[in-house]
Amino acid sequence: MSDAYTTAAGRESDLLERHRQARTARLTLPLRSDEDVVALRRHVRERAVAIALSLVDQTKLVTAASELARNTLKYGGGGEVHLDSLDDGFRKGVGLHFVDHGPGIPDIETALRDGYTTGGGLGLGLGGSRRLVDEFEIDTRIGEGTTVSVVKWKR
Amino acid sequence: MERIPILRMGDLLLVTIQVDMHDRLAMTLQDDLTERIVRDAAKGVLIDISALDLVDSFIGRMISNTAAMARVLDAQTVVVGMQPAVAITLVELGLTLTGVKTALNVEKGMALLGKTNFG
Repeated sequence: MSDAYTTAAGRESDLLERHRQARTARLTLPLRSDEDVVALRRHVRERAVAIALSLVDQTKLVTAASELARNTLKYGGGGEVHLDSLDDGFRKGVGLHFVDHGPGIPDIETALRDGYTTGGGLGLGLGGSRRLVDEFEIDTRIGEGTTVSVVKWKR
Repeated sequence: MERIPILRMGDLLLVTIQVDMHDRLAMTLQDDLTERIVRDAAKGVLIDISALDLVDSFIGRMISNTAAMARVLDAQTVVVGMQPAVAITLVELGLTLTGVKTALNVEKGMALLGKTNFG
């Protein structure tokens, strides 16, 4: 299996590209059901513990993962997630890349606003997740899909 | 189907969430609790989340909704035992559980519900 993957746009997100050199391991998991979300939370927790993230940062990352995985399921019609272990020589981190081939997000600024939802949720998923991580990027194409990439670094 | 058990103690219902909840399980618990409040004529609901290492917006909403439903069914809800890291994350996520009573542990939660002697 090839190590590279393409997003909906046919290329890796900029954020992912920037951290490519720092990537030491990758795990790809499907996001097709509620159970997949629970499995992802467990894997993210393991990665976070492995780089000795503080308990608060572990919780923030796992919570962000849960929100974004739910978005992939609910709005993207399912997809997959790549878990990257990162080490750039100075610091360690965990990168997560949520990839779907759904309808895309027409207005990202609005989608990021707290309280905005098209799915009957609380509208905290995207904007809330962004506050819980260190780096956050959305790559979305109408009719092609969305990739959301986040990174949390060990402080 | 997988379910989270609900215990009855006098006119209280006690739930201890000990599994990593997926969304359907959370919804089932919300439905079950509402059903039991009516069936058991419960006056209070105590939800112990001390074993939960994550409360995301979905679980948070389930807790808020349960408390709201309990209120219109004449029962009070207290959420107890939230881990500090979970509290920090919840607030940063933007979820403040408005309208939900909380207590540090089961004993304080019981006191809040007016039950000093666990019965």
